[in-house]
Amino acid sequence: MNTTHPAVTDLRTETMTLNMGPSHPGTHGVLRLLLEVDGETVVSAQPILGYLHSGKEKIAEHRTYHQFIPYTDRLDYVAPLSNNVAYVLAVEKLLGIEATPRAQYIRVLCCELARISAHLLWLGTMAVDLGAVTIIFYAFREREKLNRLFEDLTGVRMNTSYTRVGGLAWDLPEGFESRVRAFLDEFPSQLKEMDGLLTRNRIWYDRCRGVGVISREDAIAYGLTGPSLRAAGVAWDLRKARPYSSYEHFEFDVPVEEAGDSYARYLVRMEEMRQARRIALQAIERMPGGPISVPDPKITPPPKRRILCSMEELIQDFEIVVFGHRAPKGEVYHSIEAPKGELGFYIISEGGGKPYRLKIRSPSFCNLSAMSKMVEGRLLSDVVTVISSLDPVMGEVDR
Amino acid sequence: MFDGNLEDMIMTTRLGEVVKWARKNSLWPMPFGTSCCAIELMSVLTTKYDISRFGAEVARFSPRQADLLMVAGWITRKMAPALRKIYDQMPEPKWVIAMGACASCGGPHNSYAVLQGADEVVPVDMYVPGCPPRPEAVIDAVIKLQERISRASGDETRQGAALAPRQEGA
Repeated sequence: MNTTHPAVTDLRTETMTLNMGPSHPGTHGVLRLLLEVDGETVVSAQPILGYLHSGKEKIAEHRTYHQFIPYTDRLDYVAPLSNNVAYVLAVEKLLGIEATPRAQYIRVLCCELARISAHLLWLGTMAVDLGAVTIIFYAFREREKLNRLFEDLTGVRMNTSYTRVGGLAWDLPEGFESRVRAFLDEFPSQLKEMDGLLTRNRIWYDRCRGVGVISREDAIAYGLTGPSLRAAGVAWDLRKARPYSSYEHFEFDVPVEEAGDSYARYLVRMEEMRQARRIALQAIERMPGGPISVPDPKITPPPKRRILCSMEELIQDFEIVVFGHRAPKGEVYHSIEAPKGELGFYIISEGGGKPYRLKIRSPSFCNLSAMSKMVEGRLLSDVVTVISSLDPVMGEVDR
Repeated sequence: MFDGNLEDMIMTTRLGEVVKWARKNSLWPMPFGTSCCAIELMSVLTTKYDISRFGAEVARFSPRQADLLMVAGWITRKMAPALRKIYDQMPEPKWVIAMGACASCGGPHNSYAVLQGADEVVPVDMYVPGCPPRPEAVIDAVIKLQERISRASGDETRQGAALAPRQEGA
């Protein structure tokens, strides 16, 4: 690692404290690091968080379960659809209901498209951070296609708020399946193009291989999840381990690498995009029919037309809008395999339409905790590689 | 000695007009992206929307090399001093675009931690609504800012009083 001449190995300089962030292009948003450096070598790295703390968990205590859905978009804003799904699954668990088969399949489709979208953004930004600027234009070309699909489905490109407690906001638009299929059909060749530019690229390999290594044991001890954990040799994927939303119906592989370095994390995410495509294709092929929302007037508001014409339905709508879903007393935790790892919502209910306390277990926060260990003793330039390969989203870290 | 038509070869104008023309067509943005809007700002800068068509693609992460501060995302109380410092480090003349609901007015984050708009700490020239705004909306803000720059009178200090000649507004 340190290729210093033997004659100068005894020489020690004073360490210097270097501030990185909170406005720094390599920190993926607003992460701030206090680095103690000895020459070019990092002695310690102390992350300073809170630059994006918006108090979402506190806000949740003053919103009905329904009203909090838009705030989940703004956690991991790179993959809002998957946050929407995670949150409503937790609320549904609290209410003791299960979404209809069609809603579950559409949610799977949403999660996997969001995964591709999130990984494309990671690929583009990591490549830019390491100097391979070309890749971001390729990645964003594909991401724009996905944004177009999301717009078709939800009405907006980002911050989708598409799921509802007990179902979805509305059904798939006409011809949506064929448009998704057209995207998925050409996606492998586009991904291959990016893969061909990076995977066996000497510079890419040298800057990633052996950088930010974490052992299997440490990865588990730090609570890493998602691609960062699977790159350290642990085949743990909540879609397999604790299937939710019909994931047990789908065939896919969980990519695992043994090395635990940045290159392994890169390989895992690249393969995850291919697997996500596989799942999305299956979801389209086997998409069941039927309603998209639980047919329970206490959960799903009636259609607008009926609200305006019938007293009974007006009262039902009023109850849900004003008082929220009547949740029983209790505590639930539900987590999904989000693009970054295990995204969980822990809800304490004292009864009524609002949570007493809502805790968000965000994968980026836990993954970031291993960063200090990964960069110790490495060169300063490796800090950027490690942060990019962990792929934290600060909206989710600070919440 | 000289046989061309002088009017075909020489353009006469006022110095202020040339300076404004140059400024408006080469805005160098400093993307101060904190959250969701930063991702949409990346869309503005990359393949499909490509803000380089309007001469504003040279994103500089050092405020000393930029004249357009793009505040994209919510600004927390902890972040506010950093934003102000970055604004102060930018050389005059400089402009600020508040991209999105959070940077304009706090957006959905009406909480103890978030400034209700970036204009609590920096003067904002252009507000872009949306959560996040579409890339077209951001491009529209840049175009409107360019129009404003080309209309500016030389007296306005923030439009560069030091460089633009005085007689212009007269």
